Amino acid sequence: MSAVLELRDAALGYDGRVLWSGLDLDVEPGEFVAVLGANGSGKTSLLRAVLGLQPLTSGTLRVGGRPARRGDRAIGYVPQQRRLEPTTPMRAKDVVRQGLDGHRWGIGRPGRVGWDQVARALEAVEATSYADVPVGVLSGGEQQRVRIAQALVADPSLLLCDEPLLSLDLASQRTVTTLVDRRRREHGSGVLFVTHEINPVLPYVDRVLYLAGGRFSVGTVEEVLTSGTLSDLYDAPIEVVRTGGRILVAGIPDTPDNAHHHEHHHDHRGQVQEAAHG
Amino acid sequence: MAEVWQRIFDFSDYGELLGLVHNSLLAGAALGLVGGLVSWFVMMRDLPFAVHGISELSFAGASGALLLGANVVAGSLVGSLLAAAVIGGLGSRARDRNSIIGVLMPFGLGLGVLFLSLYQGRSANKFGLLTGQIVAIDDPQLAWLLATGAVVVVALLVMWRPLAFASTDPELAAARGVPVALLSPLFMLVLGLAVAISIQVIGALLVLSVICTPAAAAMRVTSSPRLVPLLSMGFGVVSVVGGILLALGSDVPISPYVTTISFLIYLVCRAIGPRVTAARVGAGRLRASRLPAR
Repeated sequence: MSAVLELRDAALGYDGRVLWSGLDLDVEPGEFVAVLGANGSGKTSLLRAVLGLQPLTSGTLRVGGRPARRGDRAIGYVPQQRRLEPTTPMRAKDVVRQGLDGHRWGIGRPGRVGWDQVARALEAVEATSYADVPVGVLSGGEQQRVRIAQALVADPSLLLCDEPLLSLDLASQRTVTTLVDRRRREHGSGVLFVTHEINPVLPYVDRVLYLAGGRFSVGTVEEVLTSGTLSDLYDAPIEVVRTGGRILVAGIPDTPDNAHHHEHHHDHRGQVQEAAHG
Repeated sequence: MAEVWQRIFDFSDYGELLGLVHNSLLAGAALGLVGGLVSWFVMMRDLPFAVHGISELSFAGASGALLLGANVVAGSLVGSLLAAAVIGGLGSRARDRNSIIGVLMPFGLGLGVLFLSLYQGRSANKFGLLTGQIVAIDDPQLAWLLATGAVVVVALLVMWRPLAFASTDPELAAARGVPVALLSPLFMLVLGLAVAISIQVIGALLVLSVICTPAAAAMRVTSSPRLVPLLSMGFGVVSVVGGILLALGSDVPISPYVTTISFLIYLVCRAIGPRVTAARVGAGRLRASRLPAR
């Protein structure tokens, strides 16, 4: 099978600033690729490019063999958790349905709604029990499950996750990563998972794309998350420590781009710290 | 006291009066439907303040037209659309939007007051633009109102699903290919049209009771994206038509009746809403607790 996502000599930048360039990346069906890097290193811009919302400066980007375009049905997108208004006039199943036909003009014929697909997607994320509950009263973790169901309902071959674990408690983080992992194992969807924290996804990651300072490194966790590779990327001494099945990174320099977020996002100081920032 | 009461509710010669306000009733029913439909999106997009802002400029346009002897509905349409274009064009973020509205609103109201004080005609017309009028709407005016209402309804039905998606979660909708940046100003223009017709019946100061309250009430009792707009339209029609029927024969404008009915509906929905929600959530959770733990 051919790659679900193909980047060839891709470059992206704006306002005369290059975020990254010369990027070659293939995401194979069923592969889990984590995208790491400082804030402002172009992680989210990469996702925007894949979604067809932002053109590459140069190079090519193909999704399922076709050039990137807006609203590609082959892509499922899981955003950051944001609380929906408590009075949002939608039930969980209505939000999932938006993943099927929310982009279509008109009101939609009642008989044509794929409610069985919606039900299957809710079942896949174990959210069947609150299908009819107003989405605004669900907890953050439950809302995030509903969003995953929305991303899965159109049966995507590529799943894009943009920091989906932010502001979730540890149990919900585990649920989200397990659900994403199950999807790629059972349906062979490729996964591009943007995160500032590698440890929650460490058991599932096949490869890592690390973006920093206009440069990048692609490879397995063992290849990329090493003191040598990161020191090279940042052009500064970085210490990577593996302990108890976790990876801790220390010494990432403050740059104008990540100064504000550095403390929170790049000193991987362990579980307690993560929970506090979660 | 009894005298005051009779000025507020007077049902003598009712049948005769009913024949005279035939056009007003039609306009009222149309406004109830359009207002109820629009208010669903107004609530989802958090735009009540924009509604108020647009209505003040619509008032300026209408009073300008009155002064010039032009078509009042056309005048309020021009004012509405200008306001909607400015608000939609400049204020994509809530904070910008609110400050722009805050700046526009008194200016529009001031302009309107200026035009009205220069106007030499009947004073009932002046007051009517601000607080509503029961004066028989003539046929050409009714045609304008109905045509504008039809444009609003058709536009909303076409934009329905993407607009709802963009209103629930704009970022997610954009990622799914919904033209969020286009829909936002487009909806503002549609809202402008809806406000312009409301002014003719309910008055510039009271537009929110037709374009906000009905959906706010409906959202208290259901979360179904089909039921909320339907209920909201029902509430809108009951408020406006009910208001006109009660106002018949009294020498009070229709607006206090409309706003009171609208407000009472909201109070009732608010009172029973928590029970409805609790029942739904409770039923869902109960089923959840019966599932095997994982």
